[in-house]
Amino acid sequence: MTNNEVPQGGFAEAGADLELVGISKRFPGFTAIEELDLTIPAGSFFALLGPSGCGKTTTLRLIAGLEEPTTGRILIGGRDVTSTRAYQRPVNTVFQSYALFPHMTIIENVAFGLKRRGIKNADPLAHEALQLVELDHVANRKPAQLSGGQQQRVALARAVVNRPALLLLDEPLGALDLKLRRQMQIELKDIQSEVGLTFLHVTHDQEEAMTMADTVAVMNKGRIEQMGNPQELYELPHTAFVATFLGQSNLFTGEVTSSGSSSISVDVSGTTIDVRSDRAQRHRGRVTVGVRPEKVTLYDSAPKQSSDRNVVGPGRVTDVSFSGVSTQYEVTLPTHGVVTVFSQNTSITAMHHDGDEVWLSWDVGHTFGLADESYTAAGSRFQDDTDTSMIATQSREKLEAELGAD
Amino acid sequence: MAFTAFSAQTSAAEPAAKRRSPIALFLLLPGILYLILFFVTPLISLVITSFQEPDPVRFGSFVNAFRWENYVIVLETYGEQSLRSAGFAALATLFALLIGFPLGYFIGITLRPYPLLQGLALVLVIAPFFISFLLRTLAWKQIFSDEGPIAGVLGALAILPPGQAITGTAFSVIFGLTYNFVPFMTLPIYATLASLDLRLLEAGNDLYGSPAVTFRTVTLPLSAAGVMSGTLLTFIPAAGDYINASREFLGSTDTTMIGNVIETNFLVLQNFPAAAALSLVLMAAILILVSLYVRRSGTEELL
Ligand SMILES: Nc1ncnc2c1ncn2[C@@H]1O[C@H](COP(=O)(O)OP(=O)(O)O)[C@@H](O)[C@H]1O
Ligand SMILES: [Mg+2]
Repeated sequence: MTNNEVPQGGFAEAGADLELVGISKRFPGFTAIEELDLTIPAGSFFALLGPSGCGKTTTLRLIAGLEEPTTGRILIGGRDVTSTRAYQRPVNTVFQSYALFPHMTIIENVAFGLKRRGIKNADPLAHEALQLVELDHVANRKPAQLSGGQQQRVALARAVVNRPALLLLDEPLGALDLKLRRQMQIELKDIQSEVGLTFLHVTHDQEEAMTMADTVAVMNKGRIEQMGNPQELYELPHTAFVATFLGQSNLFTGEVTSSGSSSISVDVSGTTIDVRSDRAQRHRGRVTVGVRPEKVTLYDSAPKQSSDRNVVGPGRVTDVSFSGVSTQYEVTLPTHGVVTVFSQNTSITAMHHDGDEVWLSWDVGHTFGLADESYTAAGSRFQDDTDTSMIATQSREKLEAELGAD
Repeated sequence: MAFTAFSAQTSAAEPAAKRRSPIALFLLLPGILYLILFFVTPLISLVITSFQEPDPVRFGSFVNAFRWENYVIVLETYGEQSLRSAGFAALATLFALLIGFPLGYFIGITLRPYPLLQGLALVLVIAPFFISFLLRTLAWKQIFSDEGPIAGVLGALAILPPGQAITGTAFSVIFGLTYNFVPFMTLPIYATLASLDLRLLEAGNDLYGSPAVTFRTVTLPLSAAGVMSGTLLTFIPAAGDYINASREFLGSTDTTMIGNVIETNFLVLQNFPAAAALSLVLMAAILILVSLYVRRSGTEELL
């Protein structure tokens, strides 16, 4: 047995790479993770973003060794740890449920990991970690005497104090109020860049993922839909799920009418929308294209047709909400449904009102083409239960077919 | 009681007048009456009896007095039986713990994903109570008897020397005590382990604690309340037990415990002062032992 995964009496020198190869996880009658391949380079801040129930916690548990993958391998720093036990992995977790030991004081909780590894000055280090989360004054209390937010910060200190090569954070800021959350986000970022640890941060808060992480992976129904730096994900979503989960999008479905080398044209209920070929995932058949609301401009009269702009209209403004910095318009078009437009309040004259007839126009370069064949506006950003049970039955059928084939 | 319990949680700084509400006292009344009738009165009667002296006129009856020598006499006469009681009860508690803890762990944690099996296992733990304690103990006497299967096998293997019986020995009495009190140990331990948050064990593993270390640092301290109750529920009745050690059951004159002595003094010798004094000594001894134990474990709040 190689027992040198967890350095005894010392800290990890730096973060380690994490590599998941073909990981899948099946629970009886339910596939939580499907064929997951993921590489997280050492020292990076990686966010796993997805709606609740999509398998984020399960992924972390697999990496931490609290759950065994059904298939696939897990490598940390190039070493295969798939068959090692949780306590042998150089990984620490900030649990979604905190999981603080109720019979120990806060300081005992924080020093727990250090003591297990025989680190000499465990208590001073634990106090240091508590200072970092501004809780050193409650060091001698029991967890039950702290608020939810305080407990969450203790959970954070208890994991960070070990300086693990890989730190797993399961919605670690969920219980904090906005101000504290911002503060902790900055502190987490600082800790991460200071020590050079690898952070795998799980969240369902897209803003948190985008502001903190170098790389964001959007997860849906046990699969990673798209991965990249936050700006890339926002500007060029590959799937309707990413386009709607990460910010808002206006999506249109139509047939491709012409496909050139530089751009493709899509016929959406009689209007042609052009997309640059390199921004479209598919180039023929029925496709869904989209544009972000802030990229769209409103006009009182039909704007001049030009090859580098997409124009649709006329439609009617059905809702105006003014928020100071910008105004959000809902424009209803007989052919395209409801389109959302964000408009910066740079000039008062450009205000449109409820019932006004307007045309919409945006840069062809801002249009993106999705991999989805068609898109039905689901409205909800979170999959509902019927959805989940549907995948469950589908997965079971698949599993049964697989088992039957043996 | 109920009122004070709730208000104490919400705020300790509440005015004392509100906490001692007359309604609470009123609600306590039935309990207080019960205790006065069935605990305080007999206890006082027992104390009075323990100081009585023989009636100089009518042989066999006693008159009120303050004959504290009764205590010295019984302690001198029955010192051996008292020590034996403590020893037997302690050993039976230890063995019950050795059986009850793994059993409680198995039912409360290992079987947790299978509620049906868990319920079944619990029924099995409680099932012996469906049959009288006396009958079950007699059954063991039968099983351990010289003609019984166990003595036969042990004798054939020459483990049991010829002429040596199993019943009537310290072994059979401690066995009987352990057997009879295992459920009292298992159930409270099961109850604390059944509500143990398994995510804490995962956190222990995640923080470099091997399963053994996590058991010692997390599982064991968090099940202390159950172990405490189980130990008390076993030790206290076992120390005063007079069934297992009696000659009609698993004991003999060599295994007499303090419970048997009290029984004999009350019912056979009709030496009521001695029996009363012994009962009070037993009560006091248990009270002292238990409070020492509770203090040492530092878990007063668990009781
Ligand atoms: N032990 C389990 N047995 C069966 N299903 C499970 C188990 N753990 C998780 N799941 C299911 O796997 C899915 C993913 O869960 P989880 O990883 O906790 O989601 P997330 O953290 O993204 O909200 C959920 O639908 C959940 O019901
Ligand atoms: Mg989760």
